[in-house]
Amino acid sequence: MIDTENLTKKFGDLTAVDSLTIHVDDGEVFGFLGPNGAGKTTTVRMLCCLISKTSGDAKIGGYDVGNKEDSLKIRKIIGLVPDNVGLSEHLTAYDNLDFYGKIYDCTEAQRKDSIRRFLEMLDLWDKRDVLAGTFSKGMKQKLAIARALIHDPEILFMDEPTVNLDPESAKTVRNFILELKKQKKTIFLNTHNLDEAQRICDKIAILNTRLRALGTPQDLEQQVKSRKTVITLEKIDDKILGALKDLSLKNLTSEGNSITFDVVDPDSQNSAVVEALVLAGGHVNTVNVVGSTLEDVYLKLVRESA
Amino acid sequence: MRLSKAWLVATRDFKVFRHQKNIWYSIVIFPVIISVLFPVVVEFAGRKSGGIPAASLPTYLNAFSFFFAIGAAFVPLSVASYSIVGEKVEKSLEPLLATPLTDGEILLGKTISALLPTLIALYAGSVVFMTGMDAVTFHKLGYNYFPNETIGVLLLVLVPIAVVLSVLFSIIVSSRVNDVRSANSYGILMFFPFLAIYLASEIGIISLNVNNLLIISGILLAIDVALFFVSTAAFQREEILTKWK
Repeated sequence: MIDTENLTKKFGDLTAVDSLTIHVDDGEVFGFLGPNGAGKTTTVRMLCCLISKTSGDAKIGGYDVGNKEDSLKIRKIIGLVPDNVGLSEHLTAYDNLDFYGKIYDCTEAQRKDSIRRFLEMLDLWDKRDVLAGTFSKGMKQKLAIARALIHDPEILFMDEPTVNLDPESAKTVRNFILELKKQKKTIFLNTHNLDEAQRICDKIAILNTRLRALGTPQDLEQQVKSRKTVITLEKIDDKILGALKDLSLKNLTSEGNSITFDVVDPDSQNSAVVEALVLAGGHVNTVNVVGSTLEDVYLKLVRESA
Repeated sequence: MRLSKAWLVATRDFKVFRHQKNIWYSIVIFPVIISVLFPVVVEFAGRKSGGIPAASLPTYLNAFSFFFAIGAAFVPLSVASYSIVGEKVEKSLEPLLATPLTDGEILLGKTISALLPTLIALYAGSVVFMTGMDAVTFHKLGYNYFPNETIGVLLLVLVPIAVVLSVLFSIIVSSRVNDVRSANSYGILMFFPFLAIYLASEIGIISLNVNNLLIISGILLAIDVALFFVSTAAFQREEILTKWK
């Protein structure tokens, strides 16, 4: 559904997105993670044919992003929820949606049906005749999502849909995305909310100008999962610390009676560490491989790329 | 370019304007003032000394009617500025640009939404103006001065060209400023060339006859064409999203 190959965007000397290659399947919720300024919004804008690419290729639903004629076809099959909502504040909720329905040539019956359906799903039907400018942030966000879906697009791009929302509104929006996921809607979700990405997305990419990681949330966690070991001893003395230093362990930290370090292959390396600790007179109580989270992966990759 | 889509953008703007009283005031006030005030001025000017001499009346009436061209230059400013800068402030251009509408359709829609209310207000005002002027000058002239060829050229040729000029100028200014007030401040620049023409007519440098109005219209039309290219260059998706302030 979405394919990019070495997609690059430069603004003068600044490279915003560098050689991005991703593939998003039909019906997949694709999480695009990255810190502020990582190039997430630029990528969405390129894929929505709002800004041009500098080099590389991108296809949406088989249409070429760089082709002028195809870009109109792409804009017909996508819906965009931008990071800043962008509602017409002096129009009612109903009129905001009706206008977009007309742009996409939806019939009056289709528009009426879709508007009612989405506003009811998002608990906004009672507010349909209220000016959008009077809405709370959460209500505006929900209305922006309804607007992006009014023409039943094949692909929905969402740029930070829960940012700045209170927990309850964020939950409503997340539940709505999960509902869309059940309906097999292809969703490209820009976020830096790791918990959200982990709960909603089928596949995740971590971007910091360049693509840093790509896979399912489980795959990404696995990348660092077995690399952090925590060993608890009865006590830690200089002899034990000296023995550990000789092993040149990565990111070795000691706190209380515990030591933590990174290892490449814990199955083989942990036994060597335990052996060294015992030889140094240590009494090992527990050896644990700490389950890392997506947050660990994210922070590690982002820090490495900084 | 699909006119139906441009019209859709324009009608959406009309709906937005419906909730913006300031915009309506800015459109209506000027035509109302000149259409009511000038006949009153002519009626009461120099009453003690017998009023304006009949021979001088056509010059005055032509000069007064030129105010519709001056109005055409600045009445659309607030509408056009709001139409674009207002969208910038509300950040509602990005989702609009992500639809299958072309840049040209959006730009044309914005132009229509500023052009149409202005022309309607000015034309309605001109009917009141002509009726009022005829009512207060008939007894001196012995005939209805309006409508005539001069005001016909002014209203049907110069005024639309001036409105388009003003709208295009607003679009260019709107791409460089962040709020409606700033856009209007720059837009006031549009007022001065027309004021200069008016003053030139008052001190006898030019006469506001049909020929001169057509020449002025021709010059403005050429500027319109130039501004059209500049405004369409400014109103590009990528420019709007990455370079507009």
